[in-house]
Amino acid sequence: MIQIIAFYLFAALVIASAVMVIMARNPVHSVLWLILAFFNASGLMVLVGAEFIAMLLLIVYVGAVAVLFLFVVMMLDIDFAELRAGFIANFPLGIAIALILAAELIFGIGAYQAGQLDLGVADGRASPMLEASNTANIGALLYSDYVFLFEAAGIILLVAMVGAIVLTHRKHPGGRRGHQDIGKQNRRNPDEATVMRQPEVGKGVEL
Amino acid sequence: MTEFFQSLGMNYEWAWFTATIAGILLIALPLMLAVAMIIYVDRKVWAAINLRRGPNVVGPFGLLQSFADGLKVFLQETIIPSAANKGIFLLAPIVTFTVALLAWAVIPFDAGVVLADINVGLLYVLAISSLGVYGVVMSGWASNSKYPFFSAMRAAAQMISYEVSIGFILVCVVLFAGTFNLSGIVAAQQQFGLGIINAYVVHPLIFPIWVMFFISCLAETQRVPFDLTEAESELVAGYQTEYSSMSFALFWLGEYANILLMCSLNTVLFFGGWLPPLDIDLIPWFDVPGIVWFLLKTFFFFFMFSWVMATVPRYRYDQLMRLGWKVFLPLSLGFVVVISGYLMATGHYGAAA
Repeated sequence: MIQIIAFYLFAALVIASAVMVIMARNPVHSVLWLILAFFNASGLMVLVGAEFIAMLLLIVYVGAVAVLFLFVVMMLDIDFAELRAGFIANFPLGIAIALILAAELIFGIGAYQAGQLDLGVADGRASPMLEASNTANIGALLYSDYVFLFEAAGIILLVAMVGAIVLTHRKHPGGRRGHQDIGKQNRRNPDEATVMRQPEVGKGVEL
Repeated sequence: MTEFFQSLGMNYEWAWFTATIAGILLIALPLMLAVAMIIYVDRKVWAAINLRRGPNVVGPFGLLQSFADGLKVFLQETIIPSAANKGIFLLAPIVTFTVALLAWAVIPFDAGVVLADINVGLLYVLAISSLGVYGVVMSGWASNSKYPFFSAMRAAAQMISYEVSIGFILVCVVLFAGTFNLSGIVAAQQQFGLGIINAYVVHPLIFPIWVMFFISCLAETQRVPFDLTEAESELVAGYQTEYSSMSFALFWLGEYANILLMCSLNTVLFFGGWLPPLDIDLIPWFDVPGIVWFLLKTFFFFFMFSWVMATVPRYRYDQLMRLGWKVFLPLSLGFVVVISGYLMATGHYGAAA
């Protein structure tokens, strides 16, 4: 009973907040609705017994990705009049995308009603260790049978990260003004940082 | 507790429901009381270190000071700036406060005394603590004011930076314990050091990561020396500037509940949770209930938090970022490698592979 109530609560909230992501006028509100959608999606994951995935969804998407979204969107200076001015120009493109999505939905429902796809017999590799938690299950599969795919994914992410750093990193030849060398700052001592000068009357001090 | 309510003649589902609600109240209400008293302790410790008296007027020794403050704040008017984004402005303190309470669901106070004994407990704590940033960011943006917005930017960058290294530090602990379950982590610490000490921290590889964890906790909860989000000389009061009355109090309560949570995590992950310090029966300290050990250790860490607050000057923001990304991140990553190598070499995982 409680599971069914929880399922309908989470499912309804996911759909409602996903709709609100599109409907909200203010982009910051959109991101906040998106976060609510992530949150309820992870609730659904818990309900099907995938608590590890649920927690990862929260840590990765809500804790990191959505914060960066929010960060960027909050800094935008949005002119709503300008946004609406582009409505007519983009209208045909929007209609085309809507038609494609509708066709895919109808196609998908049709395929679902046509019956199951013949997937062959499972080779038993992915059979769960029933006594272990699903964290241990995922680990056992990921680091044995799927280790190459897993490492390939890791390398792709590494390349993406290096690419982003290369694109945004700027070298400053000859030293940037205001650049701070922490080691140098820590090595300073009062003897060399301060000097006593006693200028004569009417004469300045050379620095 | 479910069995108790079942014995009163409820069916299982209703008994579970009632037991959970009762459990939540049993944690949340004493926690609120603890927060009120811990604010008093905080002020007394600063006062003692600054050679002042601290609160000493309301009640005996000023014990009721926090309640007087709470009552005052409660009776004030809630002011909502006319340019603020009203919904989010009101939502932000609620989010901060709720998130600060949520993580307590998985903290084990004693053997078996835990609201939700889930097997991804540590990941849950990590997930919930990463939500804490939203209250700050939302309040900063919704206030529609310069200084709160700067503060929100700082807080977002700071909390994300330190969560990365906290994540790696927790991985080290999980490698030793072999489980994400917090009760399991405490149980794994029994007789850990030389067969008699019930704490992870005595291990030479764990002590440095505990030090990093403690400092990261200070940064994560925005305590001195990392309280740049509310640096009064630069940002008035940071993200709380536009708040008044109960919405301000909710931020305050949430902040201290978070600090207590971090103290209890120090206890659970590194100092043996509810276990007595040594595993030999010299004095009858196994008869002391586990929750007393847990609370004593947590209180000790809180004392360290306020000790740091009273003695250390504030960091500069670029130093804070440097410490997070250039010092803690490589170090904690290195410790993950070294510790997993050490555990494999010493046969910690034996035939389990």
